[in-house]
Amino acid sequence: MKLTLTVNGTKCAREVEPRLLLVHFLRDDLGLTGTHWGCDTSNCGACVVWLDETPVKSCTVLAVMAEGRRVRTVEGLASGSRLDPVQEGFAACHGLQCGFCTPGMMLTARWLLDRVPEPTEAQVREAISGQVCRCTGYENIVRSVLWAARRGGGSAT
Amino acid sequence: MQVPAQVEYEKATSLEHAIGLLRRYGPAARILAGGHSLIPMMKLRLVQPDVLIDINGLTDLSYIKLAGAELRIGALTRHAQLLESALAGEHFAILHDAERVIADPIVRNWGTVGGSLCQADPSEDLSAAFAAMKGTMIIEGPDGRRQVSARSFHTGPYETVVGPAEVLTEIRLPIRPGGGSCYLKVARRAGDWPVGAAGAAVWLAGDVIADAGIGLTAVGARHFAAAEAEEFLRGRPATTETLARAGALAAAHCEPVADQRGPADYKRHLAGELTTRVLRQAVARAGGR
Repeated sequence: MKLTLTVNGTKCAREVEPRLLLVHFLRDDLGLTGTHWGCDTSNCGACVVWLDETPVKSCTVLAVMAEGRRVRTVEGLASGSRLDPVQEGFAACHGLQCGFCTPGMMLTARWLLDRVPEPTEAQVREAISGQVCRCTGYENIVRSVLWAARRGGGSAT
Repeated sequence: MQVPAQVEYEKATSLEHAIGLLRRYGPAARILAGGHSLIPMMKLRLVQPDVLIDINGLTDLSYIKLAGAELRIGALTRHAQLLESALAGEHFAILHDAERVIADPIVRNWGTVGGSLCQADPSEDLSAAFAAMKGTMIIEGPDGRRQVSARSFHTGPYETVVGPAEVLTEIRLPIRPGGGSCYLKVARRAGDWPVGAAGAAVWLAGDVIADAGIGLTAVGARHFAAAEAEEFLRGRPATTETLARAGALAAAHCEPVADQRGPADYKRHLAGELTTRVLRQAVARAGGR
């Protein structure tokens, strides 16, 4: 069936099967491989993208459920060469090791900071509590988000 | 790679449209709300509907409001909306206690209250919370609207009274004076299903418990409730000893089974201890001792 949606500000239309998961639509149909495909069971959070105003686990959303909606992926965090403060924070604080969980972590961090610009450490930990870093690099991920909060300035886009 | 089997997809534009589609397709159709229970089940081929009827466009089923002496929650309300609702928390602290420990913040953004109830997982949290609050479910279908008590909503694991052409549309919670409530859950890790969990709602008249509701989940409690403990509490003063005795009764009357989350005796212990603790906190919140 025909699917029309806006991804990172660009309108796109594709023919898809109803059973296609949003994560595979983004990666395979649109080539946006920044969204990672992890556990397949909505546990790990590597596939987190925004659907309209909120992050969702895109392995548990059908692509057709995004019809007429806005999707934001990690590719939509930076504005040209200007990185989102969250991305700068992950670079400054060594917030990634293997990098597999990073896109999902950063999209959740951006959502948190949009709603709570000066979060406590506990609020950061709660926000990412549904996402897994198998390098166990949580300390530096939390530091990265708090760094971005101190840096302030909001989203790059 | 987990993908659902081939399925047809219909987008409902109104409740009447959704019911009409359910009538047309019969039991082979399933309502798709947040999808956070249904889609994983479809990936595992535990359910294989021929048609999905997407009701995410029915935003008039998403609300939390007061109507007379009732809190009314639309079935399409997302878990995150319930957690953020000051109105819900003001009248039923148990709702915020429970929502804080349901799945994780990202899943709560799309998972719905009605979807969780209709999934009818025997370890589901809100089923116990609504049993404690003695809520009522509103179900609509081709023959109109009917209501059933929260405690008769589930007919077994993954089964409810909602018929093939019916839709759960609303949950109603009676607001009574002197009320206090609480929910506690023990889980192995953040976002997991409970090893055991308990919810309590009490209504005090002075120091006496005028009425009490106790909900239990994941421990094999009939109708997600601890009726014997509730009966014991009614008319008794809310003393520490009384609440501990109610916990013991709740533990004695549930039927937990051993699984990867723990042995049966530990779950029974949890049922008792958590019941006592939520009762104590519910009484404190109701303004009692």
